[in-house]
Amino acid sequence: MSKLLEVRDLHVSFKTYNGEVKAVRGVTFDLEKGETLAIVGESGCGKSVTSQTIMRLIPNPPGFIKEGEILFEGDDLAKATEKQMEKIRGKEIAMIFQDPMTSLNPTMTVGAQIIEGLVRHQKMSKAEARNKAIEMLRLVGIPSPESRLAQYPHQFSGGMRQRAMIAIALACQPKILIADEPTTALDVTIQAQIIDLMKELQKKTGTAIILITHDLGVVADIADRVVVMYAGIVIETGKLDEIFYNPRHPYTWGLLGSMPRLDLRSDQKLLPIPGSPPDLISPPKGCPFAARCKYAMKICKEQMPERTDISSTHQVACWLEHPMAPDVKPPVAAVGGTKDE
Amino acid sequence: MLKYTLSRLGYMVVTLWVIVTITFFLMHLLPGTQLKNEEKLPPEIREQIIASYGLDKPLMVQYGLFLEKLVQGDLGNSMNLDGRSVTDLILQGFPASALIGIQGVIFGVIIGLALGIIAALRRGTWVDNLSTVIAIAGVSVPSFVAAGLLSFWVGVKWGILPVAGWESWEYSILPSLALSFFVISQMARYVRSEMVEVLDQDYMKTAKAKGLKRSAIVVRHAMRNALIPAITVLGPLTINIITGSVVVEQIFNIPGDGKYFVDSITTNDYTMIMGITIFYAILFIVAIFLVDLLYGVIDPRIRIASAKE
Repeated sequence: MSKLLEVRDLHVSFKTYNGEVKAVRGVTFDLEKGETLAIVGESGCGKSVTSQTIMRLIPNPPGFIKEGEILFEGDDLAKATEKQMEKIRGKEIAMIFQDPMTSLNPTMTVGAQIIEGLVRHQKMSKAEARNKAIEMLRLVGIPSPESRLAQYPHQFSGGMRQRAMIAIALACQPKILIADEPTTALDVTIQAQIIDLMKELQKKTGTAIILITHDLGVVADIADRVVVMYAGIVIETGKLDEIFYNPRHPYTWGLLGSMPRLDLRSDQKLLPIPGSPPDLISPPKGCPFAARCKYAMKICKEQMPERTDISSTHQVACWLEHPMAPDVKPPVAAVGGTKDE
Repeated sequence: MLKYTLSRLGYMVVTLWVIVTITFFLMHLLPGTQLKNEEKLPPEIREQIIASYGLDKPLMVQYGLFLEKLVQGDLGNSMNLDGRSVTDLILQGFPASALIGIQGVIFGVIIGLALGIIAALRRGTWVDNLSTVIAIAGVSVPSFVAAGLLSFWVGVKWGILPVAGWESWEYSILPSLALSFFVISQMARYVRSEMVEVLDQDYMKTAKAKGLKRSAIVVRHAMRNALIPAITVLGPLTINIITGSVVVEQIFNIPGDGKYFVDSITTNDYTMIMGITIFYAILFIVAIFLVDLLYGVIDPRIRIASAKE
């Protein structure tokens, strides 16, 4: 497989009255053709900023790319002009957003919102684009697409709107689909339908997906690889199984431990992560998680840990991986109890 | 939709009746008399004239008679202007009033829209600040001050346009401009704040993520949504234009209804006051009704809601 997208040491900051908010502080990851990469982390960890920076959707000012490269098929999107980006957006890289209730224009028909992208990128006539739009609506599982095309977003339910969003995003056959918390605003049953739809469409179209989420259940369902972010940096990355069965970073343990799982004994409590993320105007010079980490050592507060290779696909940035660090076992709530005990 | 329109018509009639009643009784509280050169008239003739207008009867009876005639569409004759029919007088003055009013609204809406949109797109720059200054000036400077300044500078100092009278289209420019200031400022203010809000909406990001050009995003996605609340002010603005024209017509000496209105009040011309009040009230009510219908055209959500009624 070849690399479709390479993000290299990306730094994104926002200028505010209180100072520069360093939202993304050196993020590196790759995306291969046709794979699904999940970026997980709690609110404010920089996952949405990272994904919107790839599309250059961060308003500037106040946001700006301080450093780093975003290589899409070899071209650096971090340095692309607005004109060049207009040709990439929607055509090469498409995006669906968190809240389908507010992400569609309330005064335009759903059809018109699909058609305008097609007319722009595929140089289709209105009639061709209309047929393609009907085909797209059928593809995302919207019944009687011909009549639905002329309806307005308020006549669609939340799940239907997210399907329409997916139809808009996939209409021009993009190579990458960025889904920014696509299921967060939906009912649980609808969430499952949307995830199934994304999986099915990926099989059909071969689109690579970057899924931004904090829902590890969704990650387990759809992702091939996982990037765990915290306070603007990647603290752990690996294949799905590596993250779920052999997590190495205490923050990943925290994420997994705060999620209910079927293989836990009934008296086993969920393990929340105490505290809150650091202020990104003046981030700590050591590991950003040190203040909330119960395994934190002196060095954690003073120096940023290096990336350590656990395998060729699994990296972690934690001082516990250092040969001189004490041997720490992940908590049962994170990796499951029944297997080991 | 038909049921909706009918019920609205019912409300419109009730509104009109309330306005007519209040104006009628307020008008009779005005000091002074209807008759010119009253002291020179012999008492018999005076009484005869007063009786011919029914002014000798008790107030409630006058009110009843007035309503009876109104329902038949008869507004009576002017007490002052040689006894000519009020309806004729209003229709005679209306074209001039309508021309400067409509020109004022159209010009004001276009300039106000442009200012508001540009200010929102260039938030925080000098364009934005300039638009704010214009908006504040337009709201706080009354139209008769603007009218005075315009006629002094454009009319007298530079001599570009005629200052007063009504002979050709040029004569309508200054009064229309004077009326449009308030419209410009109101539209600019509303459109700017709405645009700023709309530009921050999620669907703007969706539009951008589609790779649309900035111009297409602004025109197709932002403007329509920003216009919905701006339409709300169109109704009150029309009202303002009409009331503003009362003074502006006086200043520019335009033979419109506004001028008649002022004249009729100073001369206690009861039938004329009532006639013009009713005429203006109908204009207001219809303007507000049209604005409500316009909502439906622009916002599909409202269209559906009213259709369900």
